[in-house]
Amino acid sequence: MPHDPLDALIEAAARVLDLPLEPEWKPAVAANLRVTLEHAAAVEAFALPDDAEPAPVFRA
Amino acid sequence: MDSAWASASEIAQAVNAGTISAESVVEEALGVIAARDPLLNAFTAVTDARARARAQMLDSRRARGEALGPLAGVPFAVKNLFDVKGLATLAGSKINRDLPPATRDSPLIERLEAAGANLIGALNMGEYAYDFTGENLHYGPSRNPHDLNRMTGGSSGGSGGAVGGGLVPLALGSDTNGSIRVPSSLCGIFGLKPTYGRLPRNRTFPFVASLDHLGPFARSARDLALAYDAMQGADPDDPVCVDRPAEPVADLLERGTDGLRIAVAGGYFQKGLFPEAHVALDQVAAALHANTEVELPQAALARSAAYLITTIEGASLHLERLRKRANDFDPAVRDRFIAAAMVPGTLAVKAQKFRRWFQAEMMKLFARVDVIVAPATPCTAPEIGQKTFRLGGVEMPVRANLGLYTQPISFIGLPVVAVPIPLEPLPIGIQIIAAPWREDVALRVAYALENMGVAAAPRPQFEMGTA
Repeated sequence: MPHDPLDALIEAAARVLDLPLEPEWKPAVAANLRVTLEHAAAVEAFALPDDAEPAPVFRA
Repeated sequence: MDSAWASASEIAQAVNAGTISAESVVEEALGVIAARDPLLNAFTAVTDARARARAQMLDSRRARGEALGPLAGVPFAVKNLFDVKGLATLAGSKINRDLPPATRDSPLIERLEAAGANLIGALNMGEYAYDFTGENLHYGPSRNPHDLNRMTGGSSGGSGGAVGGGLVPLALGSDTNGSIRVPSSLCGIFGLKPTYGRLPRNRTFPFVASLDHLGPFARSARDLALAYDAMQGADPDDPVCVDRPAEPVADLLERGTDGLRIAVAGGYFQKGLFPEAHVALDQVAAALHANTEVELPQAALARSAAYLITTIEGASLHLERLRKRANDFDPAVRDRFIAAAMVPGTLAVKAQKFRRWFQAEMMKLFARVDVIVAPATPCTAPEIGQKTFRLGGVEMPVRANLGLYTQPISFIGLPVVAVPIPLEPLPIGIQIIAAPWREDVALRVAYALENMGVAAAPRPQFEMGTA
């Protein structure tokens, strides 16, 4: 069975970001990440112009 | 006076008139809390000594002829993410027990007390506010006063249980994605989530800076208005709170709904509704003669973008705690934050750009309507421990989806009053949504629904027992 790239991302990100990750936590982390990335893909697919401003505005 | 069900305005009138002392109000409230909190698990701290001392001070001030204010002697409690002088600000966590005690109350506590109210304790909540259930691994679940085996909703679960259960007439909570409106719905009470930036948030434990709001819970629209009026105004220590003069609403409540253009949210907001939510929505729409439906543009994407911003900002806030104390989190919260820490930042930026787009589209909608009516939750209170429910024929997690209909609204900071519809056997809430800075409009509609007998906080059955 091919290695799920999400599992590879989770393992690599945990090491790079110095996050603890017990083996028994991985299924729940993967399930949460999968849902989050689904939401992200939906938002990402919504076309906005290059000059769209993010909502928060910093005022100097 | 019926100490377990009197409104804040009734208590304040009686204390101001001298027909009851602030001290006896506090003693009665402490008695109700002692009897019922073992059932409801709403409180994590009862500040009895402080409340007694303050009540004595209020009574002596009255004896000297001083005016005590519109909330004279009214006991209230706050979600335990508000700083309370002398207590560690738990935010529902085990980890925060190690924080030093707060040295000063949150501004909203100070302002309510300046209006005569009397803080009586801190309330249970979902860990770090990342929750719609009111369950808590460390402190036990908040329990619904209408059925102790059911959820209060969260994350302001103790606030919902304490007000709905008659322990206090007034409580404060926070709402990032629905944490005032969801417990208001499941516990059958009124809740106000003001406009984003209306009330100061300093000296509270944050969750998502982009989306966090604070607001009151009560058993009547008038009590919400009294508390809200007492809390308005900027604070120099909160850069997000707008420098806008207070706009009191209590005297506007009786203006009614004449002239208001009221529509019902269709599309996204009616998919997945349980039958009871449909019944409640139809009752409110009929009472308000709201015959038109409006479609909120891209509401599902608004919810997705709110979800993203929430999880990414939340993970950023807790990153160091995740590294050092991962085992001290509720695993359900920990695993969501660990996953969120791995999401590329590019996606959060897109969500913030979409937020501005959605706000601009919604402002076009508010040129045509003044009020949008929408369900607060898809169903009445689920059972404690229930993990999933069927939404539109699909099995979905309860924890993430109870706020399905609240999330797109707080995403752009609109003011909302959640009004309770007293269905049998369990109440359910409806959102009365107004344009930014028009809390007055939402509260007027809530007040009108209450006067029509459509909205009401039902008194829980355990009133009949010994508690």
